[in-house]
Amino acid sequence: MAVVLTALAWFLPTLGLLVSSLRPASDVFNSGWWTVFANPFDLTRWTLANYQHVLAQQGMGRAFLNSFVIALPATLLPVLVASFAAFAFAWLDFPGRQALFLTVVAFLVVPLQMTFIPVLRIYNQMGLAGSLVGIWLAHTGYGLPFAIYLMRNFFGSLPGELFESAYIDGASPLSAFFRLALPMSTPALASLGIFQFLWVWNDLLVALIYLGGGSATAPLTLKLSSLVGSYGQDWHVLTAAAFVSMMVPVVVFFALQRYFVRGILAGAVKG
Amino acid sequence: MRRGGGWAWGFTAPALLLIGFYLAYPTLATIYLSLFDRQSQRFVGLRNYLDLFSSSAMLTALRNNVLWLVLFTTLTVGLGLALAVLTDRVRYEAAAKALIFLPMAISFVGAGVIWKFVYAYRPAGAPQIGLANQVMVLSGREPVGWLIAQPWVNNLALIVVGVWIWTGFAMVVLSAAYKGIPKELLEAARVDGASEWQVFWRISLPVIQSTVAVVATTMVITVLKVFDIVYVMTNGSFGTEVMANRMYKEMFQFRHFGRASAIAVILFIAIVPVMLANIRRFRQQEATR
Repeated sequence: MAVVLTALAWFLPTLGLLVSSLRPASDVFNSGWWTVFANPFDLTRWTLANYQHVLAQQGMGRAFLNSFVIALPATLLPVLVASFAAFAFAWLDFPGRQALFLTVVAFLVVPLQMTFIPVLRIYNQMGLAGSLVGIWLAHTGYGLPFAIYLMRNFFGSLPGELFESAYIDGASPLSAFFRLALPMSTPALASLGIFQFLWVWNDLLVALIYLGGGSATAPLTLKLSSLVGSYGQDWHVLTAAAFVSMMVPVVVFFALQRYFVRGILAGAVKG
Repeated sequence: MRRGGGWAWGFTAPALLLIGFYLAYPTLATIYLSLFDRQSQRFVGLRNYLDLFSSSAMLTALRNNVLWLVLFTTLTVGLGLALAVLTDRVRYEAAAKALIFLPMAISFVGAGVIWKFVYAYRPAGAPQIGLANQVMVLSGREPVGWLIAQPWVNNLALIVVGVWIWTGFAMVVLSAAYKGIPKELLEAARVDGASEWQVFWRISLPVIQSTVAVVATTMVITVLKVFDIVYVMTNGSFGTEVMANRMYKEMFQFRHFGRASAIAVILFIAIVPVMLANIRRFRQQEATR
């Protein structure tokens, strides 16, 4: 019983947002969203106008595309770069291996705040502030410690004989990586990919620092937070805009929950 | 393991360069910059730190960070633990867990908007549109300006949002550990006449205590850097300031890079023990591998 009530209580705020985003502005303003359940089938009380408005006029449509343009490379790049490094840390012997890996582990929890000012200065000098390349690389750099940590743990759990025999047969580390390690790691790669994708998709701070508020390349989170600033009480606008920003993560969550949970469980070490 | 010096550098170089550029170098540079004036030109020693600890805005932020630290960590771990145990006994476990875990998937900005709406305020007599005040009115009380009433109501209201987001995480991690406890152990205690309460405190909790510690640590790291929720919902006004938001203001509003760096360093110092613990844990793991 307590569990049902808690689950319901957890769900109500989101339900309120969804319902309100589908009501006409005057209704949202004049009555609580729960009142629709008195006449849920009165279709005149439901509308998609709020979504049309935020997507077309408030730039949420553009921001939606921006979020993909930012999140896809900012997911693929760190996963690839981290996989290479993790493979070396797991299955290649080289001087400094242990010390370098410990450094990576140390950076798992460093607050990003420690990095903003020096990086932003260099970005300003190089003209990377506000650019897509700048934000892709920043998310890659920030995502790497966790990505390397996760992949190295996974590669480390693969049977060593496999690589030994491949090397005896004359395979290079490169082909061992592409032919053996990567194909055997699809579950880990999926967990990591989903984790990183949602991380970037939901990020506000990194975008705020490196892209800036009014940028044409602003992702959904940035756009939504600036709408809160300018439309503080226009709940029909804000609820629709918020739901637009949540749609992709919610779909990913329900479709790929298993991988998402695995990524989160592994992420218990990340800050 | 294969000896492969050349190959290994090829494999690791891109990652090391990026970590060096985005994490290693800036961390050192920020410590250095925290000892300089607003434009990073004149060396001022510990002046920025002294200024911060004597500014009332910063002291409010510090106080709130401590408040967040205590309440957020206790509530997420406590609720997560309770839910991990309780959901284990119900039939609709998966569905209940999914609903509680769902907020983890959405952005903190989105969560901020959801809860700003929950906290919406209308004067007494007018129809309420926010859930929280509707509950107040239904129970015969006055509506409350949740995000304005300082110092405790509004800070608590913000902390609730954080708890709403992160409890699912604590629950999922703790639930995985709880399910790993051998059932015979619990049964044996029950047969010996232990109450459910005793079984939990004397057996379940001690068995999963290292997981509880990991979750609590994750919560501490998270909460020290809390930013999005405060930035979106109040931007630190009415006494709800936190350190990360203060740093953002020092950077972009006041353009004081010395003080902004000093705030970052304070956050960093608070996290160093966790960093060292991580490294130690990893070394132990490796030793037993």
